[in-house]
Amino acid sequence: MNSSSNHAPQLSEFLRRNSTYVILLAIVLGFAVLAPEFLTVNNLLTVALQSTLVALAAIGMTLAIITGGIDLSVGSVAALSGALAAGLATRGGLGTYPGLLIGLMAGAGMGLLNAVMIVWGRIPPFVATLASMAIARGLTLVYTQGRPIAGLDRAFTFWGSESLLGVPMPVWVLLVVAVLVHLLLSQTALGLHIYAIGGGEETTRLAGVNVGVVKVCVYVISGATAALSGLILTARLWSAQPNIGVGLELDAIAAAVLGGSSLAGGVGGIPGTLAGAFIIGVLSNGLNLLEVPSYNQQVIKGLVFILAVMLDYFIKQRRTVRTRRAPLAG
Amino acid sequence: MTENIPRLRLEHVSKAFPGVQAVNDVSLEVWGGEILALVGENGAGKSTLMNLINGVVPLDSGKIYLDGQPVTMDSPRRALELGITMIHQELALIPQLTVGQNIFLGREPRRWRFWIDWKRLYAQAQAELDRLGIDVPVQARVADLSIAQRQLVEIAKALSYNARLIALDEPTSALTERETETLFRLVRALRDQGVALIYISHRLEEVFELADRIAVMRDGQLVAVGPVQAFTPAEVVRLMVGRELTEFFPKVPTQRGEPVLRAINLRAGREVQGVSLELYRGEIVGLAGLVGAGRTNLARLLFGADRLEAGEIWMDGRRVEIRSPRDAIRLGIGLVPEDRKSQGLFLGQSVRFNAGAGLLERLSRLGFIDFRRINQTIKAIIERLRVRTPSLNQRVRNLSGGNQQKVVISRWLALNPKVLILDEPTRGVDVGAKAEIHALMSELAAQGMAILMISSELPEILGVSDRILVMREGRIVAEFSREEATQDLIMQAATGQLERRVAA
Repeated sequence: MNSSSNHAPQLSEFLRRNSTYVILLAIVLGFAVLAPEFLTVNNLLTVALQSTLVALAAIGMTLAIITGGIDLSVGSVAALSGALAAGLATRGGLGTYPGLLIGLMAGAGMGLLNAVMIVWGRIPPFVATLASMAIARGLTLVYTQGRPIAGLDRAFTFWGSESLLGVPMPVWVLLVVAVLVHLLLSQTALGLHIYAIGGGEETTRLAGVNVGVVKVCVYVISGATAALSGLILTARLWSAQPNIGVGLELDAIAAAVLGGSSLAGGVGGIPGTLAGAFIIGVLSNGLNLLEVPSYNQQVIKGLVFILAVMLDYFIKQRRTVRTRRAPLAG
Repeated sequence: MTENIPRLRLEHVSKAFPGVQAVNDVSLEVWGGEILALVGENGAGKSTLMNLINGVVPLDSGKIYLDGQPVTMDSPRRALELGITMIHQELALIPQLTVGQNIFLGREPRRWRFWIDWKRLYAQAQAELDRLGIDVPVQARVADLSIAQRQLVEIAKALSYNARLIALDEPTSALTERETETLFRLVRALRDQGVALIYISHRLEEVFELADRIAVMRDGQLVAVGPVQAFTPAEVVRLMVGRELTEFFPKVPTQRGEPVLRAINLRAGREVQGVSLELYRGEIVGLAGLVGAGRTNLARLLFGADRLEAGEIWMDGRRVEIRSPRDAIRLGIGLVPEDRKSQGLFLGQSVRFNAGAGLLERLSRLGFIDFRRINQTIKAIIERLRVRTPSLNQRVRNLSGGNQQKVVISRWLALNPKVLILDEPTRGVDVGAKAEIHALMSELAAQGMAILMISSELPEILGVSDRILVMREGRIVAEFSREEATQDLIMQAATGQLERRVAA
């Protein structure tokens, strides 16, 4: 349809597809110049470790966002899972691995609860997960009586503190989960249907897809990845803290959106979300290295977030207005 | 045809909704290898009938037979399995997915149960497109396709279910003439392969060109059915509306007044490349051209909905800056947009809300809205436009297309603009309401309004306009008076075989 001047569109098309990575690269380069210790293997591993918690929760969040939904309960679910696992492993006397397993299943269970409210209760995801956010946080406080649970054994803390082949265990967990969910999204029918629901739920239903089952899978996975995030943080802290994960849902949403997910649904992916989570992690780490006070860091993070989203919007906007809408409009 | 059992037989089928007998005792047969045109005004029951056949809504009474066997249609999925598909006005494709993914959504070729066999999926999708001679890349995202391409993909999707009965609801409403021809070729080819086709359209020329038989519905009943040769277009219209329509496009000759709006060398992107035009009081200017010629873009520029890159706009002899629709409205310019559902209406809101939305500021005192005056104003206009609605509180979503369009127009009338731009004002509107909208335009012009009407229907352009402008590739390439214009001349100009410098 448009034959003239192909170079500019190609460049903007490249930027459009890769804006998250370009931003990540720019921030990394910026800190590398400003703080010499930033670009060391040790520090980068620290960044990866710090990004893991947000990244795990953001993976589940991405699925929910692609379907056009959202999961606000991830932070509370992380806390609940960590507390349950620690409590059952220590004072419950079940041992570490049954405790971890039950913690993970509790996360998946909260996801199932979300899905039941959304699919059968027809409650909008925002409202349903807002409710379960309160419920999970409340259950955590009830279970812990608001006090930390300490006394975790080596097998538990292994998942937060040890390394394998020089790479911290949490990063291994993240890698495995990210690869699995990426394959799920890009190679399986379930994955395609997740995108399809975000693009047109009724159309998807009429094509014979069981939309309810797909949503159950999405929210259960989101609950489970949130639980993993909570378990790993508990292992890293050597104790369960009832107040962990406050605000995690916002970081997870930010990571997904920075990674190119559209809150309108139908668009998003795991590689982008990981890059989004790393942008957040790199920012914290770099600002710490530059000794920016933590209160000021919040302001800067917020500004970077806005800049990144606006940049993305402008790149896409140019493309849509110039070429995409033209053939459709009369 | 050799078959002696109809593909589909409806026996005394009825369906009522609260307050309406939508389908009333309809018996109808559709045969393999024929195109049956189903015509009727909006609200005549065509859509409900299709929804019954398609399993979207259950029957109240009556029976449906498929190839002589009684069947129950309890879901669209069931209908699909039986080989019945429906192609809706609003396309049912997912824009974020590719062509291939859309065609096989819900039945992707798999490996090891869960994994999609992408190679096979795209190969099969390609085969489906090739079979129909559709030239659309299978890996392209649907969002990147034109409306016509999407329509073709939708048909390919329907056929990939081995559809034996396809219902098409207003499939050409968004297509250009050439695309329509492609679609017609495809529809005829399907008929020749033995598929049964139900074709719903408001465009009678299409019906007479394409159909083998015509079925006319009115008020939920089937009022006539027979071979196309048995009808004339005028008869069909009479059957549809139940009264004689004196003229398709009533036109009151008007006296052209002084110029109101003058645009000089407007530019914005590729779509509008230096357009100059003048609109006079009391005149209806038809803006013709192919889809993509830049007509809608021009309208949006004049209305301030898009940014002008260069050029001047003058109103009443004064140079004006239009930076937003707000500016345009203040200057007395109104736009009835092409896509009334997403740009013209608040579908979930009442008639009152929709018609009064423009008046809020004008009719408020000290920042408080004067609801009483708004009500009076709206009531008068709604009655004048003869909007058929049970009350002002009716949600606009529940009105027919023609009445919805009248509500959009009524919002502008409440503001009494000097210039009213109408973009495809009668698309998806039934014949009765269409004639009313045309009459209204004529009346408004007679009262001194300047009207710019964009239309892709040449008979409408020729019937309604005092003067006709033709756009092609972002420029106005020809101007005709009402007397000299013909379909041929306009098409030649629109397709680039003719240029006539405009005296702007």
